[in-house]
Amino acid sequence: MTREKKRKIEGFIAMALSTLAALMGLFWLVFILGDVLVHGIKALDLSLFSNDPAPAGVEGGGLRNAFVGQLMITICATLIGVPVGVLGGTFLAEYARGRKLSRVISILSDIMVSVPSIVIGTFIYAVFVKPLGHFSGWAGAIALAIIMVPVVLRTTEDMLTLVPWTLREAAFALGAPYYKVIIQVVYRGASAGILTGILLSIARVAGETAPLLFTSFNNSFFSVDMNRPVASLTVTIFQYAMGPYDSWHTQAWAASLVITISILTLTVIGRLLIKGRHFKG
Amino acid sequence: MPLQYKKNPVDFIFSATTAAASFSVIIFIIGILYVLVTESSLAIGKFGIVNFLTSTDWDPVKESFGALTNIYGTVITTFLSLLIAIPVALGIAIFVTEIAPNFLKGPIGAAIELLAAIPSIIYGMWGLFTLSPIMSKYVEPFLKEITAGVPFVNVLFQGTPMGIDILTASVILSIMIVPFTASISRDSFNLTPAIVKESAYAIGATKWEVIKNVVIPYSKLGVFGGIVLSLGRAIGETMAVAFVLGNNHKIATSLLDAAATITVTLANEFAEADKDIYLSSLFYLALVLFVMSFITLAIAKFFLIKAEKKYSR
Repeated sequence: MTREKKRKIEGFIAMALSTLAALMGLFWLVFILGDVLVHGIKALDLSLFSNDPAPAGVEGGGLRNAFVGQLMITICATLIGVPVGVLGGTFLAEYARGRKLSRVISILSDIMVSVPSIVIGTFIYAVFVKPLGHFSGWAGAIALAIIMVPVVLRTTEDMLTLVPWTLREAAFALGAPYYKVIIQVVYRGASAGILTGILLSIARVAGETAPLLFTSFNNSFFSVDMNRPVASLTVTIFQYAMGPYDSWHTQAWAASLVITISILTLTVIGRLLIKGRHFKG
Repeated sequence: MPLQYKKNPVDFIFSATTAAASFSVIIFIIGILYVLVTESSLAIGKFGIVNFLTSTDWDPVKESFGALTNIYGTVITTFLSLLIAIPVALGIAIFVTEIAPNFLKGPIGAAIELLAAIPSIIYGMWGLFTLSPIMSKYVEPFLKEITAGVPFVNVLFQGTPMGIDILTASVILSIMIVPFTASISRDSFNLTPAIVKESAYAIGATKWEVIKNVVIPYSKLGVFGGIVLSLGRAIGETMAVAFVLGNNHKIATSLLDAAATITVTLANEFAEADKDIYLSSLFYLALVLFVMSFITLAIAKFFLIKAEKKYSR
């Protein structure tokens, strides 16, 4: 075989393998989503949202408690985590821009984004659950908020940095103090980007299970008391999927479908928002 | 650089608030470290550091705890998942940057990134109900058969194919980390200056030769950073692994054996730890995990910053 031919064949094989890799990635995506869809849709009906769980082993019942609990925990986490994240990002991009301190915090946040969430769960267990003596919805919400902060903070910082400096100068020239410039000019210019960061961070924590296992724990009864253990979809999925009953498994699939669709929708909206922004320039 | 702006009391309050908010990140990190060390002090005092990290004992009844089986499980699943994920991720990055027609680049890249958005509990459940039966019925018996006569390799596939084992867990982990490596590699590949690639084409290089000899060497810092980042993610992944690894505290030589990672042990045993020394040992495990992943992620960040500096020059 000539050298030319060998090189061509080698190139062809490499290209074919790369294409195969891409197809494999798509295959997993379709396989997993399709599987969740097929299994989940079978168990999806109104009683799932309107009924509380039946006693263990008894057919029927729904997951109303888990849906409500999940919403409460996620909303509380958002209310705590987002302001801290946005304000923190503001400091890095505005008041501390270009300083070493800003660089250090932003690197630490990047690391925090990937720190195992279960570690944050153990931390909150030690700080909140153990001293108080009981699991609570608040502990879960705070654990999720801690996971959100670095995500929101980093996207806010990046988005604020993209706002042209001249825009601020124009506002300074009118005599506006810096905080007014930030709130009325800079935030407005970066609003789509910041919103994206918020949506992505909600999507990130809405699927979290590990930090909730020993903070908000679980509750098989309907409860809106955030000072008590609160059910969440993810922990319920874990418990139901590991459990012995077929009716639990079907409900876990249905819950998985709901949570997957919500999270992917949030993610896609977030991505589209940021794309639209880039197109506008 | 920030301008010299007029001093204003409201501005002072606003800047102080934002500063406090951003310091929270540092406070979290120091706080986590401090709390985990305090909570595990009982176990640190009783088992020491070297002894805890090298002991394979994990026996709540005898109140004797060592981390090695957990660390072993974490390391082996992480290593295996990287082994599967790296070639696939690089292949995807090559496909998206060099092969795919323009109109497919965006959608395929986005689809791969959607894989990263699927929550890990879904991976876990899918792994338990769908992947694990496939593994135990088809893949694992097949692997057992073809490796049966091969010395050393056959040790890896001893035992009954149950589907709840190191191999299944690693496969799921690899699917989960592919998007991270793939998207960072893609971004790094894209930064290769077109002129460098064109000159390679001009002297007659094939597409693959350009990728192999120009693009990959040029972007290796970024690619490496992406790989280490995936490694950090795999170390800390909990739910996906919790479903299919089995929580078995033993050093398994076969990939078809159940095992336990640090995260799985925490997830399964934390809420039911009834004795102080048990709980303290679990906090100790969490501390080990935190330190391990923090160091890994810091290394990843270091390489990504270096890569960024190189490209921006």
